[in-house]
Amino acid sequence: MKDLAERAVNGDDRAVARLITHAENCHPDLYEAMRIIHRHGGRAQVIGITGVMGAGKSTLIAEIALEYRKRGKTVGIIAIDPTSPFTGGALLGDRIRMSRLTMDPGIFIRSMGTRGMLGGLTGAVYDVMEIMDASGKDVIIVETVGVGQAEVDIIKIADTTLVVLVPGLGDSIQTIKAGLMEIADIFVVNKADVPGIERTMAEIESMIDLGHRPGVRKTPVLATAAKECKGITELVDAIEEHREFIVGSGSLPDRRRKRYEAELVEIIRKRLMTMIFDEKVFREKVESLIGRIEGKETDPYSAAEEILDGLLK
Amino acid sequence: MERKIRVLVAKPGLDGHDRGAKVVARALRDSGMEVIYTGLHQTAEMIVNSALQEDVDVVGLSLLSGAHMTLFRDVTDLLKEKGMDDVLVVGGGIIPEEDVTPLKEAGIRGVFGPGTPLEDIIEFIKGNVKG
Repeated sequence: MKDLAERAVNGDDRAVARLITHAENCHPDLYEAMRIIHRHGGRAQVIGITGVMGAGKSTLIAEIALEYRKRGKTVGIIAIDPTSPFTGGALLGDRIRMSRLTMDPGIFIRSMGTRGMLGGLTGAVYDVMEIMDASGKDVIIVETVGVGQAEVDIIKIADTTLVVLVPGLGDSIQTIKAGLMEIADIFVVNKADVPGIERTMAEIESMIDLGHRPGVRKTPVLATAAKECKGITELVDAIEEHREFIVGSGSLPDRRRKRYEAELVEIIRKRLMTMIFDEKVFREKVESLIGRIEGKETDPYSAAEEILDGLLK
Repeated sequence: MERKIRVLVAKPGLDGHDRGAKVVARALRDSGMEVIYTGLHQTAEMIVNSALQEDVDVVGLSLLSGAHMTLFRDVTDLLKEKGMDDVLVVGGGIIPEEDVTPLKEAGIRGVFGPGTPLEDIIEFIKGNVKG
């Protein structure tokens, strides 16, 4: 495990790939590697990309990655697609749109299933970010699953969050404004070649104006046509501007602290869940408590209390 | 520790017919595997690079053009070269009977022609994947 971490830190792609697998599978010895990885991380710029299904996120990411390559940066891409809650399987198709990036040694793409996590991310995403970061990637782009309203966890990990929309959503922007619309550092209206772009831009802008206070950074709205490579330079400029803004205003450390907090919570959550539900001793206790809840001998709250008491001893 | 089988499904070469690949990809997904579909027109180098980054247990190749003797072998050769010969390689498509043995000798351990029941492919993968 340690050897794998050393190789990953030296930029060995195979070691990076294998470590990511261990992170996804919650390998019990992963922490040995992550100790080393963490010492080498914290340098990379993290860009989160979220938005409705079919908005063109993968195509947009491919273009953003190519633009960063032109600017001399190396790029890691984490592309997340949903895992079936019924079979546990997943069809990960983001590489289809990123085919052109496959042969570039300065780009590392990893497709991941959500594996039961809600919120648009996957449990291992923190580890994977740190691994890519430590392996020397300058920019890490995280693509969430196609989201509706509640999948807003991306802001916990990204320095800059892009919300991607498309023309033709019309009044539905009203309906999604409560979740998704609150987390954008930059709005991107993709498929700008589709009719209705002006109206969509205007709707988003007026929504931003409503909540805007003087002296506060105003969320920019940019139009792109990723398939035609239009608006990409401007978009990457806007991402860089936002980065300068969070560095200048001193909010970058806050964002990083939030990420480490979310990571810590996730690690503890995983460990606790494994302990309570997988370890034999506890599993037996849980089973017997479920039986007692069923027989009205106890209630779920008291049962939970009993389990937690057992843990704290 | 939960371990999921990860499979890369790829279409090498110029053949643009991907219905079979998609049917297989879907069946593997429904059997609980994580399937990475790369899309059409992949070179052997692209397939092996993707397999490396995705750290897959299995590479599934689909080809209907008749170029399997060259393109499938390019993939296994390159995997060997990169020290990734522990990856299980399977192939499917229009493959004449007499090509099956040479393909297997070249490291394509499972060869599935038209009409193969999807369960056979799933079982073969589950039975032959390492560790």
